[in-house]
Amino acid sequence: MAAGNMSSQKPSAFQDWWQKTSQTRFIYMYLFPAFFVMTMITFYPLFYQVWMSLTDYGVKNLKGTPPNFVGLDNYWYIFGGGLAAKLPNFNFWRLLGFNLFWTFSNVIVHVVAGVLIAVLLNVEGLWAKGIYRTLFVLPMVIPSLVIAVVWRNMFDPNFGAINVALASLGGLVGMAPEMFQIRWMEQINPPFPGIPLPLSFFAVLIANIWLGWPFMTIVATGALQSIPKDLYEAASMDGATSVQQFWGITVPMIRPAMIPATMLGLIMTFNQFNVIFFISNGGPLRQTEILVTIAFRLVNEQRLYGVAAAFSILIFFILLGLTLATNRITKATESYDA
Amino acid sequence: MPETTKKLPLGQQLIYQAMLLFITFTVMFPILWIVGMSLDARDIARPKELFPPEISLQAYLRVLGQPTANPVTFIQLAMNSLLLAGGVAFCAVLIGVSAAYVFSRFKFYGREYLMLGVITVLMVPAIATIAPLFVLLNSINIPIGSGFNLRNSLWGVGLAMISGALPFSIWNLKGYLDTIPKDLEEAAIIDGASFNQVFMYIILPLSRPALAVTFFLGFLTGWTEFALSWQFLTKPENFTLAMALWNMTGQYSGDTPWSAFAAMAIMLSLPVAIVYLFLQQHIVGGLTVGGVK
Repeated sequence: MAAGNMSSQKPSAFQDWWQKTSQTRFIYMYLFPAFFVMTMITFYPLFYQVWMSLTDYGVKNLKGTPPNFVGLDNYWYIFGGGLAAKLPNFNFWRLLGFNLFWTFSNVIVHVVAGVLIAVLLNVEGLWAKGIYRTLFVLPMVIPSLVIAVVWRNMFDPNFGAINVALASLGGLVGMAPEMFQIRWMEQINPPFPGIPLPLSFFAVLIANIWLGWPFMTIVATGALQSIPKDLYEAASMDGATSVQQFWGITVPMIRPAMIPATMLGLIMTFNQFNVIFFISNGGPLRQTEILVTIAFRLVNEQRLYGVAAAFSILIFFILLGLTLATNRITKATESYDA
Repeated sequence: MPETTKKLPLGQQLIYQAMLLFITFTVMFPILWIVGMSLDARDIARPKELFPPEISLQAYLRVLGQPTANPVTFIQLAMNSLLLAGGVAFCAVLIGVSAAYVFSRFKFYGREYLMLGVITVLMVPAIATIAPLFVLLNSINIPIGSGFNLRNSLWGVGLAMISGALPFSIWNLKGYLDTIPKDLEEAAIIDGASFNQVFMYIILPLSRPALAVTFFLGFLTGWTEFALSWQFLTKPENFTLAMALWNMTGQYSGDTPWSAFAAMAIMLSLPVAIVYLFLQQHIVGGLTVGGVK
């Protein structure tokens, strides 16, 4: 740096200041590109969205006519059920409830299956470990868009892989193939009496479990491999059973790695547009719709831009609440396990 | 005690193997089904059996010509997807890395608020920003030729995608930069290097894996992006592979043979799946450790 030369002369006040603030200038210069771009295309649209949510913005306003200010009407339209006039069978609270149920049911299965499979793959002396580990990565590396459209295809009632496979299994025990023209997506009556969930829920659940557990297995495997083996040796010398070892050693040791992965899984599943939109398309009767698929429909099919803006803002606050709640729960249980 | 690998009793080994083979079957079934279907030599709408009786590559050739009823070739679709995904990922990393570095290393006025801003927008799913982006980009028209509407162009979709990709890239890169020890930089500063030099000659080379992973994750998102492009683009010459894939199934498919659909699904997945396999360890590590800190 030029500092050495300058110190021989007496630095002016300006030079002094210039020198002292070089770090600050550097900081803001390095921040500038990102914040300029984000202000233009991220923050500004989000503030604009807040304003839009208070107007009746629709197709008629795309040509430049300003929309009318309607206050909180769009929000009442969503909560109060007025939106059901445009989207038959729409009910906000049912939708939110289903979205939460969908998220937790999936992530619980992902984590439990993921950890158990990781533990199984970690058994010492198991044959062909490497092969299994390689194959089990596949659902994670295939784009979820492709996975979703492929599962949709597999659930086709007439020629889809699921029904064809079930029919050939049934054929072994003499059941007629006609019994396996299961209408996975369209059947309205719940398959299990007493459980108010359509068959299509179980279809999207199966597809999303297929998609989701390998990530948890990979994270858990990484954590399992870092557990020192002598912990288990000491425990078994003390007479701990393998179940006790699992709860006493494995679970607390992999917990720090599993929690961020679970949080990520929760948010990703909550917003799992591809699986719902492409497989069940929210059907039948909107029973498997989630918040983001409705948000997309409001823009894409209904062109109710003002309502869509209000809906998106609701999604934001729900996600915020979900994140804070899960954060609290994980923090609150921390001391318990450790 | 000398090191001995514990031997698994044969009975237990067989039970575990049976369980793992069953899991392997469930994992491989959809993949084998789609690969099998893509190789079907008969040009029929719906195959009736799990695996085709004779195989050929004709479905791939068909898709490589014109995959959908829209007048657009596979090459055009692939170029659109490539430009969109590559452009978005490149811009997000290029613009994001300097901000990520400053966030990771310096305390300055407004740091907490700016970071909070980044985290907040990270929480907004891309689909919940479609309405304002659509309306705003739609209002930008340039009267050249037959008129250029920013929304109805790959540029508009690209900008809308950077809107979400940039905060993610800042966050992901910051998480990684936090794990690089500061000793090297401090030594360089003592030796008289400027902040710019530290960034260019120490930080950038050290963060090459993170740059690659962040670029790839941005690319992957762009490569399979559906909602924005579906909403924004109306001219077939701008369509992407992801849009074409959806056009080949579902309500728009007409009588597209399933073999062509399957071939398209594989051609869309294969390039990104292979790269993902190579980067997998970095990706999982970054998302779970660096990203959430």
